[in-house]
Amino acid sequence: MKISKTLTALLLAGAALFAGNAQADRIRIATEGAYAPFNFVDASGQLQGFDVDIAKALCEKMQADCDIVAQDWDGIIPGLQARRYDAIIASMSITPERQRVVAFTNPYYSNVLAFIGPKGVEFGTDADSLKGKTLGAQRATIAGQYLEDTLGRSVTVKLYDTQDNAYLDLAAGRLDGMVSDKFPAYDWLQSDAGQGFEFKGEDIDIDDKIAIAVRRQDNALRERLNKALAEILEDGTYAEINARYFPFPIY
Amino acid sequence: MSELVLTLSQWLEALAGDAEPWASYARYLPRILDGVWLTLELVVLSGLVGILLAVPLALMRVARNPLLWMPAYGYIFFFRGTPLLVQIFLVYYGLSQFDAVRDSGWLWDRVLSKPYWCAIIAFSLNTAAYTAELLRGAMKAVPRGEVEAAQALGLTRVAQYRDIILPRAFRIILPAYGNEVILMLKGSALASTITLLDLMGATRNVIARTYMSMEFFILAGVLYLLIAAAFIGLFRLAEHWLNAHRRTASK
Repeated sequence: MKISKTLTALLLAGAALFAGNAQADRIRIATEGAYAPFNFVDASGQLQGFDVDIAKALCEKMQADCDIVAQDWDGIIPGLQARRYDAIIASMSITPERQRVVAFTNPYYSNVLAFIGPKGVEFGTDADSLKGKTLGAQRATIAGQYLEDTLGRSVTVKLYDTQDNAYLDLAAGRLDGMVSDKFPAYDWLQSDAGQGFEFKGEDIDIDDKIAIAVRRQDNALRERLNKALAEILEDGTYAEINARYFPFPIY
Repeated sequence: MSELVLTLSQWLEALAGDAEPWASYARYLPRILDGVWLTLELVVLSGLVGILLAVPLALMRVARNPLLWMPAYGYIFFFRGTPLLVQIFLVYYGLSQFDAVRDSGWLWDRVLSKPYWCAIIAFSLNTAAYTAELLRGAMKAVPRGEVEAAQALGLTRVAQYRDIILPRAFRIILPAYGNEVILMLKGSALASTITLLDLMGATRNVIARTYMSMEFFILAGVLYLLIAAAFIGLFRLAEHWLNAHRRTASK
């Protein structure tokens, strides 16, 4: 039984290869799965979140059959290049470094950064008042890059594999504060673990746009995603997904 | 980052100019070399602590009193039977969950809040278990006649172990211990998961900035190989030196 299933799958895959991209509408999409509420694994082991809902809505509009897979963050672009999947919908910011290696669709939301620190602690957010402090962020993120580039000389920067590990160390007191994307941090601050912490200072608006990444040569897929994105923005699907996670618009 | 690394960086960057990929190689190579240094520190320091712990553990393990051998047996069973990554996470993220640990003053401020010492603790405890097991085997392998000769001379049990059995056992385990050090060198890459910038951590951070995963992972692999080769060479020398009696005997 198992063998015949594998055989069928192989035959189908072979057929799909020969049929070209007209019918072979299987799109593999990677997300991280450790970045609530945008992408995370729920109690039953399913990928959930804003990114995942957007991915599903886009696939429906494109009438494509989508596989959504979880992939560790710092290997997510190498995996795309290695053709393990065709698109990344994982709250990825458009940056010049990334644009050298992947192509981005139109943005599907805008991100700002924010400082997080313990409640009741004086917390200036300029380089001088932060001098000697230890700040954390997730590795290979805009927040991490911002920390290293603007404050790297005055603070100790610690970079984590996942956002969750950074929260753990903030709660443990190993970090004086964090720089994080604002929306996922908003979600964490609502949770039990985040009760002792709050946003500090002004938001850091770095004109950060979040988009879907595809391989640079996959222009057709990029165009299809852009078209589907315009459609879900138009018909209210996007607003409905937005409202599931945040009481304010994030586009 | 140390001043030396920054200076080396600037010097190499000036040498390489603006042309990619050379500019990136020049900018990030010193950070990776800095990581090599930390990796060496972790392996050597935890290796030494591991041996110090392994001797009493092995002696307990061969004792006839259950109050002595049973705890040693349990310790070795636990540390050989669980993944090193789990042990690191238990020490780093696990202990910090307890208020009692966070309020332990000096122990927390100076030791357990620092990823460096958490890595040293986890690696030392781990390698101590393996080394103790090697030592136990080696003590059993000391020729019976030598032990009997020591008894016939009227040496106390302490003197038997101190002067005859342990020195012989150390020579016997040397090749196998060299192997353990190589395994620990490779295991030390896990330090990168708790924000340490060892060779692996530095490499991952550099790739997070440049997305040159192929180039920098190959570089890291080559550097690990070179370190392993150096350790192998050192252990060969030590064997040669410690087993001098065998050389003269076989001439």
